[in-house]
Amino acid sequence: MSKRSIIILLILTILLFISNLFWGSVSVPIDESFNILIGRETGNKMWEHIILQSRLPQAVTATLAGAALAVAGLLLQTAFSNPLAGPSILGITSGASLGVAVVMLVSGGAIGGISGSISTVGGAFVGSLITLGIIILFSMMVRSNVMLLIVGIMVGYVANSAITLLNFFASEKNVFSYTLWGMGDFSSVSISDLPTFAVISLLGIVLSLLLIKPLNALLLGDRYAANLGVNVKLTRILLLLCTGLLTAIVTSYCGPISFLGLAVPHVARLLSRSSNHHTLLPVTLLVGSATALLCTLICSMPWQSGVLPLNAITPIFGAPVIIYVIINRSKIEYFN
Amino acid sequence: MNKQPIIETLLLSAGYGKGESTTVVVDNLSFSLYEGEFALLLGCNGAGKSTLLRTISNVQKPLSGEVKICGENIENISPRELAQKISAVFTDKTMAGGLRVEEVVALGRHPYTGFFGKITKEDKEIIMSALSLVGMGQKSKKYLSQLSDGERQKVMIAKALAQQTPLMILDEPTAFLDLPSRVEILYLLRRLADEQGKAILLSTHDVEQSLSVADKLLLFGDSDRVEFMPTQVAIENGAIDNLFISRGIEFNKQTGRFLPKLMI
Repeated sequence: MSKRSIIILLILTILLFISNLFWGSVSVPIDESFNILIGRETGNKMWEHIILQSRLPQAVTATLAGAALAVAGLLLQTAFSNPLAGPSILGITSGASLGVAVVMLVSGGAIGGISGSISTVGGAFVGSLITLGIIILFSMMVRSNVMLLIVGIMVGYVANSAITLLNFFASEKNVFSYTLWGMGDFSSVSISDLPTFAVISLLGIVLSLLLIKPLNALLLGDRYAANLGVNVKLTRILLLLCTGLLTAIVTSYCGPISFLGLAVPHVARLLSRSSNHHTLLPVTLLVGSATALLCTLICSMPWQSGVLPLNAITPIFGAPVIIYVIINRSKIEYFN
Repeated sequence: MNKQPIIETLLLSAGYGKGESTTVVVDNLSFSLYEGEFALLLGCNGAGKSTLLRTISNVQKPLSGEVKICGENIENISPRELAQKISAVFTDKTMAGGLRVEEVVALGRHPYTGFFGKITKEDKEIIMSALSLVGMGQKSKKYLSQLSDGERQKVMIAKALAQQTPLMILDEPTAFLDLPSRVEILYLLRRLADEQGKAILLSTHDVEQSLSVADKLLLFGDSDRVEFMPTQVAIENGAIDNLFISRGIEFNKQTGRFLPKLMI
């Protein structure tokens, strides 16, 4: 991919970010929005609140969460030599969801908000780390990557059956708030939570950038990578930890967002026409951010029923991509 | 000939399993290979060819004995240094179809590049010369997925050349290739041994085609004793005759072919 196309992609992402600040379910005049953003007094407290406390953190969250989920998907696809791997297939998202469900449903009505509280974040972290621990444990016993993916799917099923059980015994109100969280939402990171969210997701993104060299070697498979001097076991564990961190932070705040992790790496490969992580990883980050910002923009359009849930939009972009690559896989370089 | 062997094993035993259930497939093997020498590993499936290659490249530990590369015990060599001494070619399925030929060969520079794997101008020259040595210089910008199986193996050999190692290990590199490609690869490797002074260890089932290019043979017969001898000696003293004898296949010196016992 040429430098120029990367710059175009970057500009597109920035434009989408800006559109998210100026566009929303409540209309704020463009010049007033601009004044608020550069810190001028406008006298309209509600507009100020909407732009600075709602739209700005939401746009930053979407940018980071989109990049985080996309790169998590890419790492998993390379680590397991399977272009159809993703955080949800390996059960990591389900593990995080179970953690959140336990906190939301078991602790009764004590939790005020639907998400973003300290205990839900903790729950998601514990849940995804436990799932991750199970996957790492199995990755030492199961040699085949495909078998490990199936183990991941099974772990996901078990987590979901526990969630079903919890829902069955929970109060109506808690089931409702859990269901709402499960629909996905980038607006759930408040401005005061934003630093925590940003630091942790950036940490994971930086870690992924440090793994570019061994990731490229892994494209040749474990035996070749080992012959090139790569510590395959250590690399794999670092990849899984990085993925777990990224999935946990996004899922705990924004809910289990579907398809971004699975589909964005494919869009990035098709755009850059390369599997080389030196190009592919930065492009995946950018496409992830751009896609998340676009989905947020669509969700916050002035619909009659207010803001739409994110998971109503992401599959509309994600599923056709996956179906496209499956149908055309004999013509797509990286499948052959 | 160099005084120091490139690879040397001393009373090497290799196998798998632990404790009571240990299976020994190579027992007390001592052999050495010098610069420019081409050795074949011949024998049936499961005879221990891959196990020996894995042990030599330090993927698995020897049961006893030692492996020395350029005079140094491999257990004392760091992974990065070992990758500068042994390069490998397999028939493993890869996910590298979306890489260009030059990018695949660039992976051979991994043991030399820095933390992010940045390719320098010098690396670039090594990559291009490796590609022209295997006759793939014209296709450096093609995707790996656009190549035939034979061409892909040539690219993997170029990757091994870019690793600039004294020893090349090839585990059944011609397994899925058609006859012309097999012969081409074997003669390419012979040329690399002669011109680049590589020591080459190659396991194969193409016994008849590969005998003519090899200097030395490692014969994996029915017992766990592996025999090491020059190719000519193996043909003359009858060692090769008995390689597949328990499977009813015999070597015919007149035709230079392996045939069922009854037909001779």
